[in-house]
Amino acid sequence: MAADYAFPDTAARSAAGEFETEKMSLSMGPSHPSTHGVLRIQMELDGEVLTKADPVVGYLHRGDEKIAENMTYNQFVPYTDRLDYLAPLANNMAYAIAVEKLAKLEVPPRCQAIRVVTAEMARISSHLMGLGAFGIDVGAWTVFMYTFTEREKLYRLFEELTGARFTTSYSRIGGVSRDVPEGWLGRVGAFCDQFLPILEETLRLLTRNKIFMDRTVGIGLISREDAIAYGLTGPNLRGSGVPLDLRKDRPYSGYDQYDFDVPVGTKGDCYDRYLVRGEEMRQSVRIIRQAIAKFPAGPWHVTDSRKIFVPSKDKVLTSMEELIQNFMLVTEGPQMPAGEVYFEAENPKGVLGFYVVSKGGGVPWRLKIRSPSFCNLSILPKICVGAMISDVVSILGSLDFVMGECDR
Amino acid sequence: MSAETVAALKARFPQVSDRPSLDHPAVNAPAGEVPEVLRALRDGFTFDFLADVTAIDWSQGRTPRFTMVYHLYSTTSHEYLRVAADCPSDTDPVVPSVTGLWPAANWHEREVFDMFGIRFSGHPDLRRILMWDGYPHFPLRKDFPLAGIEAPLPDPDVVAETGVSAKPAPMAGGPFVASAGEMNLTEAEPRAKDESWTERREKPGA
Repeated sequence: MAADYAFPDTAARSAAGEFETEKMSLSMGPSHPSTHGVLRIQMELDGEVLTKADPVVGYLHRGDEKIAENMTYNQFVPYTDRLDYLAPLANNMAYAIAVEKLAKLEVPPRCQAIRVVTAEMARISSHLMGLGAFGIDVGAWTVFMYTFTEREKLYRLFEELTGARFTTSYSRIGGVSRDVPEGWLGRVGAFCDQFLPILEETLRLLTRNKIFMDRTVGIGLISREDAIAYGLTGPNLRGSGVPLDLRKDRPYSGYDQYDFDVPVGTKGDCYDRYLVRGEEMRQSVRIIRQAIAKFPAGPWHVTDSRKIFVPSKDKVLTSMEELIQNFMLVTEGPQMPAGEVYFEAENPKGVLGFYVVSKGGGVPWRLKIRSPSFCNLSILPKICVGAMISDVVSILGSLDFVMGECDR
Repeated sequence: MSAETVAALKARFPQVSDRPSLDHPAVNAPAGEVPEVLRALRDGFTFDFLADVTAIDWSQGRTPRFTMVYHLYSTTSHEYLRVAADCPSDTDPVVPSVTGLWPAANWHEREVFDMFGIRFSGHPDLRRILMWDGYPHFPLRKDFPLAGIEAPLPDPDVVAETGVSAKPAPMAGGPFVASAGEMNLTEAEPRAKDESWTERREKPGA
């Protein structure tokens, strides 16, 4: 092959007007392995270089916000599983805290600790999935095998805790659906112990891998200013060097008790976003270990006089008062005051926000879901222009989005 | 910090008023002044991150029917501020776009347009985003039923021919087909389409 035969040169010469090229439009997705779901990108190409990118979203739109207006607060919990379906436990927690803020409820320390442990486990499992898929996108199959093995171990633990691997529906307004099983925390600790060496081994497959670095270093650059202007959050924002993490900046669910670092990138390319996710998993293990070490005793749900949490089953079956309470909660939902709250939680994919408008009663008047993937994807038209088709695959892998959450 | 921000904002924009809120400080602003208010908050009060843009439908018959809600976040003081603006018209609401301040507003406003039918003047690309182009309804309005309304899909040709209200697969009519049915594996591979018959012209001998 002649030495001067290289695609970038051709593109530069074409852009300089040395010769005429014909623009081609290409539709990538909605069924394409590297679009991680049903994202479609309508691309305009000059040779192999993108001159325009128009993401088309909405293929997975289910009308979650409309559905929320038609059911009680607890009934909506399963729908939150299906937002970021790679980290349902984190979504459950964010939604529950938002509604608890509306009710001005403070859950007991044990419940907070349970939620922190499950949310951090969800973060690890989400990042493992994101990393494995990113690896496959750029041609590194092995990473996927390692990360999926580890993720499966986490899913076993989720199943033991909640009864389901994916669709956990674990939170309730004012608590969680059940206390942690006997010995479960020990098994989580054992998972952490064996996970860290494997994580190091897995990351070593990529971090100094020449092919991986060629595909990611300097690709998909997002500046600090752009990241903020486009509303990016989570590892994508921190990859661009903005040290924002709601767990640190506005601690919720007792995150202020734990010692952890917020990793940030320096350049904002695909490689930085990968590094940030890798480090976040180490930090999550740190948080889980601290939480387990000082796991609080006591009640694992609120015992509130307003009767927002369902009474225990044995009481329902034996006591009239609790039977009525259970009946009212199931039929009319937990009664909320009128007003509006906005709560954001630091989820694996970014900041998941719930804006709840209540007119009183057990059903929200309006529930807006601010999904991180939706906001993160809106920067695509900006960063894809000038990239090659194969770079788009790297960029999509590094943004680590989930269409269930983007389309709602 | 936030109380001072709200006081300073009200001094600068006399039409801005307090809004009842259970959590973060909140203000009401006239819809026409929203871009100026948000610009002042971004440049003068460090609320530099547009967290969310959405709307509320207070149901038909109520005036004002639609309210726009903006959530701002400060990356330095880590506080939120809610700015709400009632839309001036209940039948054809139009509010100025804030895409000039934050590109993040682009998709948020497209979504509000898609779901509520609120139009944004000055928006560079106001198309539907979650529903398809040409969809005739606004699903998050309160008069839209939960079960939905059946809407025509955007391919009248196919509907007329087949009687089925469904979109054709993207490759239909393309150069390759993958046939189902009993055949050996070689034949099951995608291969050049048999052009001797189409959906309109019957297959010879069938």
